[in-house]
Amino acid sequence: MSDTLLKTIFGRLTLESFPIHEPIILGTFIAVMLGGITLVGAITYFKLWKWLWTEWFTSVDHKKVGIMYMILGTVMLLRGFSDAIMMRAQQAMAFGANEGYLNAHHYDQVFTAHGVIMIFFVAMPFVTGIMNYVVPLQIGARDVSFPFLNNFSFWMTAAGAVIVMASLFVGEFARTGWLAMAPLSGLDYSPDVGVDYYVWALQIAGVGTLLSGVNLIATIVKMRAPGMTMFKMPIFTWSALVTNVLIVAAFPVLTAVLAMLSLDRYVGTHFFTNTGGGNPMMYVNMIWIWGHPEVYILILPLFGVFSEVTSTFSGKRLFGYTSMVYALLVICILAYLVWLHHFFTMGSGASVNSFFGITTMIISIPTGAKIFNWLFTMYKGRIRFELPMMWTVAFMLTFVIGGMTGVLLAVPPADFQLHNSLFLVAHFHNVIIGGVMFGAFAAINYWFPKAFGFKLDPWWGKVSFWSWVVGFWVAFTPLYVLGLMGVTRRLRHFDDPSLQIWFIIAAVGVVMIAVGIAAFLIQIFVSFRDRERLRDWTGDPWDGRSLEWATSSPPPAYNFAFTPVIHDLDAYYDMKTRNAGRPLTGFRDIHMPKNTGTGVILAGLSVAFGLSMIWYMWWLSALSFAGILAVSIFHTFNYDRDFHIHADEVARTEEERTRILANAAAGA
Amino acid sequence: MSAPTNQHQAVDMESHAHDRGTSDHVDGGAAHGSRGSYVTGFVLSVILTAIPFGLVMSGVISDKSVVAGICMVLAIVQIVVHMIYFLHMNRKSESGWTLMSLIFTIIIVVIALTGSLWVMFHMNQNMMPPMNPTSAAEMSDQM
Repeated sequence: MSDTLLKTIFGRLTLESFPIHEPIILGTFIAVMLGGITLVGAITYFKLWKWLWTEWFTSVDHKKVGIMYMILGTVMLLRGFSDAIMMRAQQAMAFGANEGYLNAHHYDQVFTAHGVIMIFFVAMPFVTGIMNYVVPLQIGARDVSFPFLNNFSFWMTAAGAVIVMASLFVGEFARTGWLAMAPLSGLDYSPDVGVDYYVWALQIAGVGTLLSGVNLIATIVKMRAPGMTMFKMPIFTWSALVTNVLIVAAFPVLTAVLAMLSLDRYVGTHFFTNTGGGNPMMYVNMIWIWGHPEVYILILPLFGVFSEVTSTFSGKRLFGYTSMVYALLVICILAYLVWLHHFFTMGSGASVNSFFGITTMIISIPTGAKIFNWLFTMYKGRIRFELPMMWTVAFMLTFVIGGMTGVLLAVPPADFQLHNSLFLVAHFHNVIIGGVMFGAFAAINYWFPKAFGFKLDPWWGKVSFWSWVVGFWVAFTPLYVLGLMGVTRRLRHFDDPSLQIWFIIAAVGVVMIAVGIAAFLIQIFVSFRDRERLRDWTGDPWDGRSLEWATSSPPPAYNFAFTPVIHDLDAYYDMKTRNAGRPLTGFRDIHMPKNTGTGVILAGLSVAFGLSMIWYMWWLSALSFAGILAVSIFHTFNYDRDFHIHADEVARTEEERTRILANAAAGA
Repeated sequence: MSAPTNQHQAVDMESHAHDRGTSDHVDGGAAHGSRGSYVTGFVLSVILTAIPFGLVMSGVISDKSVVAGICMVLAIVQIVVHMIYFLHMNRKSESGWTLMSLIFTIIIVVIALTGSLWVMFHMNQNMMPPMNPTSAAEMSDQM
């Protein structure tokens, strides 16, 4: 075959693109392949493919989509955390003559992949998954507004994750840092496929994020149970609404800026190039207009989780509900007024910097108000220190420190000293781990019994909790110290041997976090094994206050046999105090959406499209893009998209629940 | 949702496209236009498009920046016309959500645009001085 023919078929993909000469990657590849083959073999052996396809992959049930998001987040957490271990190991050893075990080329990819994966494919799926599972239940809805769109959104997010993972074994990932700042990410400085992997993974996953944002806004605005006015909406649903408004307003900016970057890279425009009239500073400006709201997109849903957990486990109504809502709304606007604090040092001058410094300090006020509201909720409450509450208390202690270092960084003169240093790295890990991760674990421990009908094992949960919390502080306190000493981030090698001890302490911390992650996985495994011991028959294991605890655990496909009528903010607590019984007769057919494989197919075609764009296989790009259009149009002619659950079946399910509830009451 | 179907045939292509956007709202909470309002919107749009077109083509006003200014103002008026007559923006539509999301969108867009202009103006002034020796020397004096 001639060279041109090969080039036409494979673009710039050659045998050299496969990193067979890199022993670390090769080892990883072999391990992943063995693991993958084992998994595929096991699924085939136990004949689970059909079940997976019909019950999960094609499911439009918001509960199953939510669980799939959580699984995606957990799997990607393992990948992102492996990157963290590699970085900590490299920095702990690479002093003086020792070059460590990673070359610069590889190390730069590792820290970029770590950031991208942890934000886009761990934190975002966790947040979206929790919102997906909980919001419809909390507002008494059957499903989200657009169930197929929900399934499609999930698979687009998964498609982005697949593309990132592919970069590990085919070609390479970006070496630019997690925001791929121009001009470094331009074609002049990053001519290889790394940045293209970055761009297409985020663009494809971004479609999913944006659509799920639209979906959840529509759900919350249009599908609340009768009687649930905006100010009777559970606080988690409020935080989900504000989060999704932020998503819908902010993500198009990311899409636009990445589209302009790819135009620079693919067709030779000059939006962000150094030469030819581009302005790289505009890239920084625009990506942070998305980037700052993004950090609130990550944290606000977890603020909602902490509010629910604090209220439930203190046995009290949430203190200052109205002020919580207004704090969310204020943050929703202020989140768009602070972006420049990410680049105080770029040279916009004193007047601009002071404006953004002040807005940044102002945004800490609503956040602080929320902390006080949680404290006052706990005040004089009968607090039960179960796992979700433990994570919440750990969050409050950890996040306050992170918030304070954040306000410190908001002071422009201090920022000039600390920007781009390990102090900054410690700060944002302090708020993201202390806020988002702790919140995700609180949410998982809190709502797991709802999703599966049994609690998570508390012993392994506590092992995970203490390893994470202590490990976090051991890993990141040294980074605060090093940052104050002026050590910059993203360094692969150090000359000053006096710094080494701090990096070794940090590496010990990361090992402790590894124990925490392992314990979390063991916790899930043990809980599945001992599910009879941990079983909750009531559907209300924590004496909950909001509507999701009113239905069975796991909830039936239709969530509620009758749409509940809401009289109070803590709707289920209100029902319990008024002894409102469950309706036992008069069931009707329930109209439900049908499963469809279109989401999986569209996402698969998107992966093909993304990979072919990355490798310049234009024929495949054209083909897969035409495929995406064709399948989308074909799907609009699919009129077979709903069915009815028969009243008899609903009655059977509900009678079963009545019997179980009676048994549980007799047993207790 | 039968009412919009009748209107589909009556109205011109442009408003047809807009109306299809609103007919996604199945619950009937969205406001709908009448034939009269669509015609009003269409006529206003035509007038607001014809004036700038005529101004540019005929060259009646010689000062180009004045022409550009008039065109911009008429374009903004046209946006408002579209929102009222074709997107049915009013205080009652979707119990106020439509108007609220419009206000939010305007706030965010204004923040992003004016903020970027302000920031980039200062960036350019401070970080991209004209590249000739004298001004470079002035810059270093100021630093």
